[in-house]
Amino acid sequence: MDRRLPPRDGEWIDRSQSVEFRFEGATYRGFEGDVLSSALWANDVRLLGRSFKYHRPRGVYSLAGHDANLIVEDGIRTNMRGDMLAVSSGLDVRSVNTLGGLDRDRLSITGRFGEFLPVGFYYKAFHTPRRLFPFYENQMRKVAGLGRINSANQRANSPKDYAFCDLLVVGAGPAGLAGAIAAAEQGLDVLIVDEQQRPGGSLVWQWADAATAREHLEGLLEQLAAHDNVRLWCGTQAAGYYGDYWVALVDDTHLTKLRAKSMLVATGCFEQPAVFQNNDLPGVMLGSAAQRLIQLYAVKPFDRAIVLAANSEGYRVALDLNEAGVDVAAIADLRRDGEATELAQRVDDAGIRVYRGYCVYEAVPAAGNKRIRGATICALDEKGVPRSEALTRIDCDGIAMSIGWTPNGGLIYQAGGRFTHAEHVEQLIPQTLSPGTFAAGRVNGVFGLESQIDDGYRAGLAAAAHLGSFTGDVPPSPSHYESPSSHPYPIIAHKGKKNFVDLDEDLHLADFENAHQEGYDNVELMKRFSTVGMGPSQGKLSNINAVRILARLNGATINQTGTTTSRPFHQPVPIRHLAGRSFHPQRRTPMNHWHVRHNAEMVYAGAWLRPEYYRVDGESRDDSILREATHVRNNVGLIDVSTLGKLQISGPDSVEFLERIYTGRFAKQQVGRLRYGLACDETGVIIDDGVIGRFSEDRFYVTATSSGAAAQYREMQRWAQIWNMDVTLVNATGHLAAINLAGPCCRDVLQELTSTDLSATAFPYLALGEAIVAEVSAKLMRVGFVGELGYEIHVPASQAMHVWEALMQAGERFGIRPFGVEAQRLLRLEKGHLIVSQDTDALTSPFEADVAWAIGKNKTFFVGARSLAILRKKPLTRRLVGLMFAASDAGTLPEECNLIIANDELVGRITSIAPRSTLGYPIAMALLSPDLAKIGTTVKIRVDGGSLVEAVVASMPFYDPENSRQNVQAES
Amino acid sequence: MPHRLLKFALSKKHPEPRMFRAPTELKSEYDAVIIGGGGHGLAAAYYLAKDHGITNVAILEKGYIGGGGTGRNTAIIRSNYLTPEGIRFYQGSVELFQDLSRELNLNLFYSKRGHFTLAHSPASLRTQRWRAEVNKHLGIDSRVVTPEFIKETVPEIDLHVGGHQAPIHGALYHPPGAVARHDAVAWGYARGADRRGVEIHQRTAVTDIEIRDGAVAGVHTDKGFIKTRKVLSAVAGWTTHITPMVGLRTPLVIHPLQAMVTEPLKPWLNSIVVSASLHLYVSQSSRGELVAGASLDPYELISMRSTLDFAEGMSTGLLDLFPCLGDIKVLRQWAGLCDMTPDFSPIMGVTPIKGFYIDAGWGTWGFKATPISGKTMAFTMAEDRDHKLIEAFSLSRFKRLELVGEKGAASVGH
Ligand SMILES: Cc1cc2nc3c(=O)[nH]c(=O)nc-3n(C[C@H](O)[C@H](O)[C@H](O)COP(=O)(O)OP(=O)(O)OC[C@H]3O[C@@H](n4cnc5c(N)ncnc54)[C@H](O)[C@@H]3O)c2cc1C
Repeated sequence: MDRRLPPRDGEWIDRSQSVEFRFEGATYRGFEGDVLSSALWANDVRLLGRSFKYHRPRGVYSLAGHDANLIVEDGIRTNMRGDMLAVSSGLDVRSVNTLGGLDRDRLSITGRFGEFLPVGFYYKAFHTPRRLFPFYENQMRKVAGLGRINSANQRANSPKDYAFCDLLVVGAGPAGLAGAIAAAEQGLDVLIVDEQQRPGGSLVWQWADAATAREHLEGLLEQLAAHDNVRLWCGTQAAGYYGDYWVALVDDTHLTKLRAKSMLVATGCFEQPAVFQNNDLPGVMLGSAAQRLIQLYAVKPFDRAIVLAANSEGYRVALDLNEAGVDVAAIADLRRDGEATELAQRVDDAGIRVYRGYCVYEAVPAAGNKRIRGATICALDEKGVPRSEALTRIDCDGIAMSIGWTPNGGLIYQAGGRFTHAEHVEQLIPQTLSPGTFAAGRVNGVFGLESQIDDGYRAGLAAAAHLGSFTGDVPPSPSHYESPSSHPYPIIAHKGKKNFVDLDEDLHLADFENAHQEGYDNVELMKRFSTVGMGPSQGKLSNINAVRILARLNGATINQTGTTTSRPFHQPVPIRHLAGRSFHPQRRTPMNHWHVRHNAEMVYAGAWLRPEYYRVDGESRDDSILREATHVRNNVGLIDVSTLGKLQISGPDSVEFLERIYTGRFAKQQVGRLRYGLACDETGVIIDDGVIGRFSEDRFYVTATSSGAAAQYREMQRWAQIWNMDVTLVNATGHLAAINLAGPCCRDVLQELTSTDLSATAFPYLALGEAIVAEVSAKLMRVGFVGELGYEIHVPASQAMHVWEALMQAGERFGIRPFGVEAQRLLRLEKGHLIVSQDTDALTSPFEADVAWAIGKNKTFFVGARSLAILRKKPLTRRLVGLMFAASDAGTLPEECNLIIANDELVGRITSIAPRSTLGYPIAMALLSPDLAKIGTTVKIRVDGGSLVEAVVASMPFYDPENSRQNVQAES
Repeated sequence: MPHRLLKFALSKKHPEPRMFRAPTELKSEYDAVIIGGGGHGLAAAYYLAKDHGITNVAILEKGYIGGGGTGRNTAIIRSNYLTPEGIRFYQGSVELFQDLSRELNLNLFYSKRGHFTLAHSPASLRTQRWRAEVNKHLGIDSRVVTPEFIKETVPEIDLHVGGHQAPIHGALYHPPGAVARHDAVAWGYARGADRRGVEIHQRTAVTDIEIRDGAVAGVHTDKGFIKTRKVLSAVAGWTTHITPMVGLRTPLVIHPLQAMVTEPLKPWLNSIVVSASLHLYVSQSSRGELVAGASLDPYELISMRSTLDFAEGMSTGLLDLFPCLGDIKVLRQWAGLCDMTPDFSPIMGVTPIKGFYIDAGWGTWGFKATPISGKTMAFTMAEDRDHKLIEAFSLSRFKRLELVGEKGAASVGH
């Protein structure tokens, strides 16, 4: 049957564009502009979904995405909301969470076991005997959950956008539009967003029976159009508010991050359901949903209907239904006095019978529960208790509920505002608003159409006044002059226990009474125990009724009972919108291409890419590394060390600052010299090391470890501010590149490219200077990390490639070769140099790491000094030592972080190991218990397989303990 | 259908009594007062009553039970820590947890899932191996696994992490890693304590603590003064409000920690997946939601507001790991407070103030410790000396600088 009405003014469907789509395997037609829910209802499909727990049949309920009745998947996307999913040709979807299809859903059997499954039932069963729980859990997990993921889905990118405005208006209804106009008139830059596809808010459906509504809408839009300082974004939700007017705006395609200066919340209300037996079955829906069907999609909601009303809106719904050709069998008005406005007369004129002081007691299901075929109504006594002994049965296929509203106030809560329950509207209204937040319209408890417009205009002016663009008087908020639009307790007890309070979670009235009985008698505990409001619609239709029930059970007011917190998001947001394009900055040194061209195996070091080693055909990785290292020992090599942290520190307090950050002394450091720098945290744990060079009295150049550079710079900035010191910190890590040239021939190579005298006397070990290298001005340092004569050359990144190539060329006659990080690690291990965070851990002190010599004598303060003073007096519990293995051990060597065991106790840990070294036997560093640290002691290491391998404690450095390599002269 | 559910169908009236009473008046004196009705405070009360027969006890909770970190955490339980002290302690908790549903007669949904800590670099794999080796040595089921093993167990994962960043090199795998229903843990202990006579006072805030001659004499609350000689502070993220009341200094700093859930999905993710490099961890709840969290917010702050940055960063990381999740929607996000120690281990036990006991420093890792901390703190209060399992966690360790370094095992791992 086709439920489509004749064309009507203002409908959102395009009748010239018919589309064919599939739902649960059957083919239907709809129009462009339809959402899935409306198109199905137009085809007289009433069974749209199944509920989460009992698999009850469900139909259109809010038609606004405020319920979770119609959730579908198409095999690629899942958990799509039928109320928001536009139909399009080729759409082919099915309901999630059914077994064997929606119609025959085998899981609907759970509905019959409702009595066994009271609130929180799962806490009370399935846990004994313990061994069976995994089985039960598996079963439960399978029936819980909605859609299925499709693991074949590819990553999709949704680029993010940024926006700015003076005033964000959320909601393009009468209040929001009026507010935007007022603000725009005062010159504010205004952005209006609305989650509906078109502007108008409730004007497009709720007031549609009033001729003035359309006029109002057109008038407002016209006024708005006169201002070019207003943007209107429909189909866009304000998903969450995050402090300082940072707001997440989300549409179908992406996230826009908005920085506003103020915010006008004109988000209106969520219409609320009444609670009565079978209030969830297809055919029972909110009055606003019925109106949306009629006005937006031209769908006749029912053939014969009852309207359950407790406000004027219910009477409008009745009139709208009547006008759409629905036979309105009755209005059951919860209010004893009924409707006071002229709507009562209009309803009477339309021949609609009104039962005052009546409730719908029960919806009567047709066989199979898939639609309703009637309802029983009855009078309420003075206490509001239904007189269920005198039921009147009325046949109908629909019940429209218009009994009340609750504010859509999430953004106000998130912005720090608070709500209070106001009896004159029987609704929560804002009690306090954060500075810069304004509320208008129904979210503010203002219901009359003209009043909403006035209230919006007032709020717009107030925002302009807040931002200083308006200096006149802001009029007061119009008060609500009609009777309350919400009923204080639209909840009808029924022993059948199908009177649902939360449709997402299938919670009925007795569940709340039972939870209360069990002691879950405050709002938060009630929520957590019953899970009310935790489902996909996040309590939009259930929270306030739950609070009412709880208040009544406690004999308390709504305000005493309180509400739960509102958290982002308003409507769920796809992960890909939040992720955006997700940039992963990859850091490449200026020589990156050269490395790649020369067969470097590149590895990540944090965000940096570095050559691990350079591949040579027919050579194994280990062979290549050893060959590179040997070449440095015997000849000359160069390595790209651009990833080192490079920090420039200058200013009058530089020395004092460095002496506080690092353990050493720098006051007497000569200009043109380098010193080792060791940094600890407050607990005396080593956090970084590097060299500190002095260029002048108050200008220093500091290196930091590649992995620690960012943290070290951050710490320095933090301390500089805490200590309020006159230092300038510049992180030149990316701006400068660095090359380490090492090996006995390196001086000759470098000398070819610079006029600076590099002789041992002119530029000795630990010298620092500014020099021209290959026509490029460079910082030059003589260092020996790898244990050979060596220079570090720091040059602007833009010139680095040139210098690198010049070095390669100059070194050609010495057979110069590049080497990678692995060879460097091996060389430094041979030389006994530690790597912070590899050979140290989150507790290693300088005493343990044997670098206590780097702590300046008699220093009164540096970060960690106090802790180190304590530690100095305590016996060491471990020490960094060298280990040697027999050359023949190569097959069964431990890996880094294998443990050293003695008498079945943990006594140490390997921190670095080189299975092959230029020394001809495997070596390692380890943190070891001091009892065993004597040179020559044999220790046992448990390798991955579990067996024990022996090693002997050796003195470090393994290589060149006299440091004589710094004095070598090249043979050539 | 388990027989336990039968009674619900057979009886007319809902056959369940209150899980805990709602005492209206505070007594003038208690043998012990516990500040904080989170899991830890409730568990301590339970074991005080059960193990030590001390039942004249009041739990004072300024909000509602389980409303602090207990109700906000992502409920990961594991014992693959780094130090022997840490491992023994958390393993004690895991052992208690395994039988806790039966003991408390409440289904805590203690669900063994297996826990992966992904390594995105050789350095991180090194740390994982360290943990694995220490774990194995102490009898904990924990090992380093290959990327292939990860892919086999979690086929949806992208081992290349979307490209343009370090791939997955391997992981620490801890098969006993579990999740549980956090609220139920609080309720179960609350009921157990209540049945044994402990009073739970919700909406009752401690405003000051009375000290006489270096010993606890009572507590002031917003509902009046109560005399007591033993006070346990079990307020986790609020500890820095309590310690000044007794003049105690701790190195605690408070950071926010955030989490989020998606809409429910049919079960697909059976493991708990943690990536320190991507600052995220994720598991799927028994309701089907993906529950995901990050590392700490990088600033000290006492605030439970959510940030957009978090939701964005988290989503980026999730897509890097699971590219197929793009259209899955995030339902809700929230934040909690974490009381962080410098060494990522808790602060527990007796203090220099006689009768004042501290249970704090739970940071991002305290949910899993709920049973064992309750048990050991109850012992400590009853005997007025630290339980052996918590000696290493004494507040005095910061003076002595005998830290228990768990940073390598705790930073995002929870
Ligand atoms: C997002 C997030 C994720 C987490 N994930 C994990 C995880 O996966 N695994 C894990 O093990 N841990 C996790 N944690 C940490 C864990 O939540 C906490 O460490 C743990 O819950 C602490 O429990 P508690 O009982 O000590 O404190 P809480 O549960 O915080 O309870 C303290 C109670 O004290 C009350 N209180 C405070 N001040 C007063 C006062 N003056 N008077 C009376 N009452 C007071 C508070 O209201 C609160 O209820 C996570 C934390 C967060 C925030």
